[in-house]
Amino acid sequence: MDILRIATAGSVDDGKSTLIGRLLYETRSVPRDKLEAIDAASKRRGVDFLDLSLLTDGLIAEREQGITIDVAHVYFSTPGRKYIIADTPGHFEYTRNMVTGASKASVSIILIDARNGIVEQTARHYAIASMLRIPKVIVCVNKMDLAGYDQSRFDAIVAQFLGQFDTVKPAAQQLHFLPASSLHGENITMRSQHMPWYSGPTLLDMLETAEAHHQRVFAARMQVQTVIRPRTEALHDYRGYAGRIASGAFSTGDAVHVLPNERASRITVIERFGQPVACAEAGDSVTLQLADDIDISRGALLTAAGQQPPARKELRARLCWLDHAPMENGKTYVLQHGVNRVRAKIAPIESVIDVATQQLTDAPAQLKLNEIGMAVLRLAQPVFADAYVDNPANGAFILIDEWSNTTAGVGFVEAS
Amino acid sequence: MIDIIARRADTAAAGSASFPAELEDEAIYILRETAAQFERPAILFSGGKDSIVITHLAVRAFAPAKAPFSLLHVDTGHNFPETLVYRDSMVRDLGLNLIVRYVQDSIDRGRVREETGKYASRNALQTVTLLDAIEELKFDACIGGARRDEEKARAKERVFSVRNEFGQWDAQRQRPELFDMYNGRIAPGENVRVFPISNWTELDVWNYIREQKIALPSIYFAHDRDVFDRDGLVWADSPHINKVPGELPYRARVRFRTVGDMTCTAAVLSEADTLDTVIDEIRTAEISERGARIDDKRSEAAMEKRKRDGYF
Repeated sequence: MDILRIATAGSVDDGKSTLIGRLLYETRSVPRDKLEAIDAASKRRGVDFLDLSLLTDGLIAEREQGITIDVAHVYFSTPGRKYIIADTPGHFEYTRNMVTGASKASVSIILIDARNGIVEQTARHYAIASMLRIPKVIVCVNKMDLAGYDQSRFDAIVAQFLGQFDTVKPAAQQLHFLPASSLHGENITMRSQHMPWYSGPTLLDMLETAEAHHQRVFAARMQVQTVIRPRTEALHDYRGYAGRIASGAFSTGDAVHVLPNERASRITVIERFGQPVACAEAGDSVTLQLADDIDISRGALLTAAGQQPPARKELRARLCWLDHAPMENGKTYVLQHGVNRVRAKIAPIESVIDVATQQLTDAPAQLKLNEIGMAVLRLAQPVFADAYVDNPANGAFILIDEWSNTTAGVGFVEAS
Repeated sequence: MIDIIARRADTAAAGSASFPAELEDEAIYILRETAAQFERPAILFSGGKDSIVITHLAVRAFAPAKAPFSLLHVDTGHNFPETLVYRDSMVRDLGLNLIVRYVQDSIDRGRVREETGKYASRNALQTVTLLDAIEELKFDACIGGARRDEEKARAKERVFSVRNEFGQWDAQRQRPELFDMYNGRIAPGENVRVFPISNWTELDVWNYIREQKIALPSIYFAHDRDVFDRDGLVWADSPHINKVPGELPYRARVRFRTVGDMTCTAAVLSEADTLDTVIDEIRTAEISERGARIDDKRSEAAMEKRKRDGYF
């Protein structure tokens, strides 16, 4: 059984919470006591139907404002698959949360209100999904019931979308359009009776067939989290390199290259939690033993021989700023690439990008909260990162503020 | 009455019978990050199934070396005796270091005052004992078995959740967590709560317990016990609960889905006395896991308020 991670995004009133509630409800993922609680809450609020949006609207501040303020995680499953939805808020000031929620996703669902069509939010969400290289994007044109289930309305939105975002779309991205009504449960898990003109799959069908393990096709990479040394009589010489394979696969006997040591070796044993296995792939947590005695510590990168990424002492990256304190030209941050931390200086910020319009402003002094820009970073020690487009699992990093310790930004390494 | 609309036939059986292996890989990655990023990490051990699973994962994450975590148990004094028997034998078998701190000591020292009345419980009091223990033992990371599917406030908490020196969680100021890069950098006095099984559901936990053949305290399985009815739920009769007139104990066959202390954990009537029958029961259950926890019902936002106060 595998796991598919989904990111949802939409403006405040696009019906995102209702869509998620609908998926939970129709896959029987809601226990009766929770249904009864939202039934009672629906009646208290004077609505005459089961308000499924109440299933996901959580925190106190949210109930006061009636909006979703942070990334919430929602779970449901079908007989063959477990689903994790990172539900992120849609309104302008929370781009930060959307990048956070979408960072692990294999599928992004973008909601459009059929009556309003494409709005600035749509452009923002789609640009972020594309920047993150999420392999599959589903554009759900919702509230079709309020647009008379009109095919020409749907077709016009699709045509406008394709025209407007032609330059944003990565070549490898699968892009789907779906006419739906989450309020009435149409084309969510069951086909709509009102839109015979749509013959494509339902939302759930699209999710059931989506690829969940796209990192497996990239070059093999594993960072060492910790070195396991039992220091007992029986296991005196045991040295195991524990980590989670980020991309590709390793087999016993494989030739590997160790960075930053620049040493070649060979895998003698792959263990999963004490048990030897012949091979392991992206996503697996393993402990590797090597044929040669190399001084390997936390942060070292094991790669397939001959496929190692370059040592980058300076790199160009697309950055999304996540902190209230702006990123300043010339300031030093802690850069964390996987588990490896080095100090990095911003030198300089090249441009800031208006995500909605893709317009560039050159040489800004700062990158502010929720802004996306390009910058050059100089590093105290090299990192062994791939360009994000070549291998996303080894091509992203976070920037940590040295004084507040908060995660202040996220970066995507550009091809050099 | 809720109208249950028609659903697709292939979604008829809620939940799956198999465990997604990726969840274990993720949990073990998080436990290894915790060991690597902190000086003095500990597992908060309650004797409940989630903290038992965490302990099992920690042992696997560092095999063949020993798990580099102590276990901290905050003993309310109102535990199910079966839980304590289990705890002591597990710690002995695994060779782990167990530290126990007692709510009774906090009461005796005047740090907290015992609640009175029908709903008196030490559930809120244990937060003070926990925070005092974290300070005394200088733990910089406390690993817990909380899951996001349990409750709406937990659904929004990070895997590495930074607490200030008062132990408080601030939902508005959480660090973003991107990809699988965890930032455990903290200032002196702060600590981090770590939740390796955040993405597991109750059913995932049970399927994992079955797959790994993990032993559990006997109260998770159907047994005969003296119980009484209150607020539509079934409670274990014990000297720790203040019964009111009319709450008469009777003998019934029950099991517990979640194990807090005896004052806040209700039983369910059940004949399920094996893992297979328990899992079947959960897959078809009509009440959610925390529906049997009176501590969540005190108000609609009970969990979020308690988290702000430093509760788990």
